[in-house]
Amino acid sequence: MKLWWLLLCGAGAAQALQVTDDRGVTTQFAQAPQRIVSLLPSLTESVCALEQCARLVGVDRYSNFPASVRALPQVGGGLDPNTEAIVALRPDVVLLATASRASARLEALGLKVVALEPKTHADVQRVLGTLGQLLAVPDAARIWRHIDAGVAAAAQSLPARAKTTRVYFEVNAAPYAAGTTSFIGETLTRLGVQNVVPAALGPFPKLNPEFVVRANPDLIMVGDRNSLGLAQRPGWGGIRAIREQRVCRFRPEHSDVLVRPGPRMAEAARLMAACLLEKAP
Amino acid sequence: MTQRPGALALVLLLLALALLLVGSSIGSTGFDSLLAARHDPIALQIVWDIRLPRTLGAWAAGALLGLAGAVAQGLFRNPLADPYLLGSASGASLAMALALAVLGVSPFATAWLVRLGLTGAAFAGAVGGVLLTLALARGVQHTLRLLLAGVVVGVVLGAGKDLVTLASPDILSALQGFNLGSTGFVGWTACLLMLGVWAVCTVVAWLLGPVLDGLSLGEATAASLGLPLRQVRIALVGVLALATGTAVAQTGMVAFVGLAAPHVARSLVKTTHSPTHRRLMLLASLSGGVLLLAADILARWLTAPQELPVGVLTAVLGGSYLLWRMHQRSTGVL
Repeated sequence: MKLWWLLLCGAGAAQALQVTDDRGVTTQFAQAPQRIVSLLPSLTESVCALEQCARLVGVDRYSNFPASVRALPQVGGGLDPNTEAIVALRPDVVLLATASRASARLEALGLKVVALEPKTHADVQRVLGTLGQLLAVPDAARIWRHIDAGVAAAAQSLPARAKTTRVYFEVNAAPYAAGTTSFIGETLTRLGVQNVVPAALGPFPKLNPEFVVRANPDLIMVGDRNSLGLAQRPGWGGIRAIREQRVCRFRPEHSDVLVRPGPRMAEAARLMAACLLEKAP
Repeated sequence: MTQRPGALALVLLLLALALLLVGSSIGSTGFDSLLAARHDPIALQIVWDIRLPRTLGAWAAGALLGLAGAVAQGLFRNPLADPYLLGSASGASLAMALALAVLGVSPFATAWLVRLGLTGAAFAGAVGGVLLTLALARGVQHTLRLLLAGVVVGVVLGAGKDLVTLASPDILSALQGFNLGSTGFVGWTACLLMLGVWAVCTVVAWLLGPVLDGLSLGEATAASLGLPLRQVRIALVGVLALATGTAVAQTGMVAFVGLAAPHVARSLVKTTHSPTHRRLMLLASLSGGVLLLAADILARWLTAPQELPVGVLTAVLGGSYLLWRMHQRSTGVL
């Protein structure tokens, strides 16, 4: 009888904290987790945006923002985590990407896992909501409203001439581009500029370089690491953006901001807006 | 099917020429006739500056890899040898990973890389890999030692590349593009460079062909025939390194062409005896060119304006052709 009572109590408490992650797996927590290991930089940033940075006890080796997380123990990468190091940290929950193979292993070892995969603006909003629920942060929606307002402000800072600018955002030199349906493309759309890569090609298509020459963008955004030899690519010298030196090269720390679908999306929008203000025709 | 190697070479050249025309008509909009491009300056520029050099460059890279494959198989007397065997591919891949990782991080390295270029770095890596293999094997005298050293260097440098990517994961997809191969950025300079290297390597290989024929009788026999084995080996390793390094630096690590092209050439020549090395090397080179060119055209066509990695298609095309020939042979059609 006593046992039943206990179970009921447990169920009652768990009702308050029941989290369904992006795999569709529902995990129950007796209380909001106090020791968190995050294996994805954007999730680390989200936890800190919810002002729960102090609950992090370990992060993956790629999490580098905010600066305080660099002092935390590193437990491998998101795809190749150091299971033993994670277990040794005795986390109440491990946050990781749905693509990580580590989930099954960690769960088998008795750890609670919440797998989240932010890919679009809507995902970032949803992930912040899920994390707010998990960490029992009362007003998680406020963080999203803040990001949203930041993106809107960046869009408003742009003059009308920026709106007709046709932009090509190169993610890396293969060349992979940021399509209209990617979160980078969504930010570009919010800023009101035209993306030369149409939605039909998917979020990050590997393009024929000829496509870019034909699309003839007015402005090119590219990470510093991938910008080498851009103008020397066959035929690219004739592209308007290159002819008129309208190429924004983002430093690695800025590239981190731009390519992570997380709480720094407003900052990413500001970086793009600054580029447009300076370079748009 | 052609019996005579001379006629076969002509057929392969004509096929390459036909594919060159097709390749110039296929781009980001799918099939796009050359005749229509006459009146549109942008279309004309795209055909002249992008499609033509990359199409010709695909042929040249395939021809280099095919030649290198035939040289490797003759040198090691092993039908499984391929041009990446001496550590050139893993060396190029490691150099590429290092270059991408330091780019934009260290100003000094960036300034240096801008001068060298990524292709320059890859070529230096390829040559470095081969030199390391030669140093480990203490020269070229022992075929088996050379082979073993090449495999070890390949594994070690490959692991080094993995370590570099682990430290800076944002280079991963750019590096994957290199590892799967692409002719996307081959311009006229790269194209002419590859054709020049191909001409030099083909002449050297042609001159050394008879020695490889002697070598195929066994090293002891070849030595007793008075063939200058050491010098010839050095020259052949040089051809192998130069041809592979040039192709890899310009187009990335295109899979399978170097291994398959000599086999395709052998399967095309229907003589009772295997063809002499002179003929085999030439035919392997021409087959490699046609194979990579055809794969490149499909890579741009199938999902235009997106591109498939060309290395995936060379394996599919070359592999299925060889399987078909093996099937025919085993069922006694030939």
